[in-house]
Amino acid sequence: MNLPKLVFRNIFRHSLRSALTILGIGVTITAFGLLRTLVGAWNTGVEASSDNRLITRNAVSFVFPMPLAYQNQISSIDGVEQVTFANWFMGVYVDENQFFPRLAVDANTFLETFPEYLLTREELETFKRERNSCIIGSVIAERYDLQRGDIMQVTGNIYPGTYEFVVRGIYRPRDQTTDASQMFFQWDYLNERLIQDSPGRANEVGWYIVTIAEPSQSAGVSEAIDAIFLNSRAETKTETEASFQQSFISMSGAIIQAINVISIIIIGIIGLVLSNTMAMTARERNQEYAVLKTLGFKSNFITRLIVSETLLISVLGGILGLAITFPLTDAVQEYIPAGWFPVFEITPLTIGLSALAVAAVTIFASFYPILYAKSQSIVDGLRQIS
Amino acid sequence: MAEPKNSTILVELKDVSKSYYKNRFEIPVLSNITFSIKDGLFFAFMGPSGSGKTTLLNLIAGIDQPDTGQILVGGTDIAKLSESQLATWRSLHVGFIFQFYNLIPVLTAFENVELPLMLTHLSKKEKREHVRTALSLVGLGDRMDHYPRQLSGGQEQRVAIARAVVTDPTIIVADEPTGDLDKTSAEDVLELLVRLNEQFRKTIIMVTHDPRAAEKAHQIIHLDKGELTPYEPSQAGI
Repeated sequence: MNLPKLVFRNIFRHSLRSALTILGIGVTITAFGLLRTLVGAWNTGVEASSDNRLITRNAVSFVFPMPLAYQNQISSIDGVEQVTFANWFMGVYVDENQFFPRLAVDANTFLETFPEYLLTREELETFKRERNSCIIGSVIAERYDLQRGDIMQVTGNIYPGTYEFVVRGIYRPRDQTTDASQMFFQWDYLNERLIQDSPGRANEVGWYIVTIAEPSQSAGVSEAIDAIFLNSRAETKTETEASFQQSFISMSGAIIQAINVISIIIIGIIGLVLSNTMAMTARERNQEYAVLKTLGFKSNFITRLIVSETLLISVLGGILGLAITFPLTDAVQEYIPAGWFPVFEITPLTIGLSALAVAAVTIFASFYPILYAKSQSIVDGLRQIS
Repeated sequence: MAEPKNSTILVELKDVSKSYYKNRFEIPVLSNITFSIKDGLFFAFMGPSGSGKTTLLNLIAGIDQPDTGQILVGGTDIAKLSESQLATWRSLHVGFIFQFYNLIPVLTAFENVELPLMLTHLSKKEKREHVRTALSLVGLGDRMDHYPRQLSGGQEQRVAIARAVVTDPTIIVADEPTGDLDKTSAEDVLELLVRLNEQFRKTIIMVTHDPRAAEKAHQIIHLDKGELTPYEPSQAGI
């Protein structure tokens, strides 16, 4: 006879009650895991940001362009290593529901600025050489069954017209947080069309990506860039890539905040449910605790017994919850419109937070039963029997 | 029954008083109790309900503390021990038998008897041997794997007796050990207690309403309204 054996026997004393409590914790941890995965997916862009990249955009709004000529001026600032740029092209591929970022980029510099997009040298050289080539992420290649040499026809909406691209490379994500659901094509290809069709929109850039030598210089370099274009027709706002990504998320800040609050409330509810179960157990077994104390077991043994029983129920519920969360996350991903979240996976952080939630629930739910068991004298417990 | 000869005093109470409080009102239960119990004695408390018998037993067993007075058991004043010290003292010196057996329902007979041995430093093998010996002693060697719900009341009480003796305590306290048993089972349990007293020289202190149980004791003390009164066999219906 030992403590673990006693704990194990006790939690199956009321099998149905314990099973329902474990199931309840499991469902809660599943909900918690899903919500945390959702918040994590929202934050993927921020997490994937590099410390040595700055984004310069039009100070009025992201949707207003800037002159191409800014590239050389930004390049001349101390601390700047490289400047590349991109335009949000979007357009319609297959149909309007097929969402994934489609960007016109500077072929000579863009992909070198983003080492997290893994390409072969041959793919990169071909992309730079062929005007109508494009590079797609592995997720897009898989989703649309595209291979090198295939044609992608995109109908422009921001930039009207029909554009045809030849897939010349498929990049793989370097990190788990790297977005592998984008398409890049040559900005020159778009610009040539604009010179012909809408000359007023040609030679304009959506945003600049500035690589700096030292992340610690980001504030100084940002100020220097914005100072150059002060009082120009397109004033700029420069910030770190993480801040830039954060500004997109902040648009959905209230929703994310609500999800965070809900996930905490869920843990609170299950804490109360388990606390109630354990409180009932403590009250029902008050006489048994009295008998144990009579035999010579001290109060700290009763405390260990209660905490161990609560912990075992919580851990079993947590394991069940996580076991459900993995397949359920995959299933939920199927229902999320393609391209909404480049990465929708359970991260180690989510698993860690779930474990933390289990620990918090255990401590919370043990609190009252321990106090109750400690407050009851042996005589009161034995009197309850008679 | 004849008292054992050449016995020393094992339990000694000096001016012990105890009150309980209910809704801030003091309810005196025991008043200036003084008496002693010799080693190896089969001792019984009798008296009407509410006379303080169980309270007195609880004090001697170290599961309650007196308001005033001294309780010396084997030379130790247990009234001065802390809660933690008392717990250790009980595990070493006292075996308990309750009216309603108080076995742990999720444990087998073997495991219930093994429970107090968790507090000892015996090896697994030694614990197993002790438990088997104790269960054989009470005649339940063939019921070791039975859960309490699979045993009769008499058998449950015998498991409780095995649990009480497995640590080889100095005294065995029994609170109405036959109170919940039929006549035959009660007789079996009493015979077992007598055997433990006679063969193994265990000091047994018993609270009982049952005159047949009291008959087995060497000495009987009568309590009434928290005070010791002269014992008259007619009070117990003997």
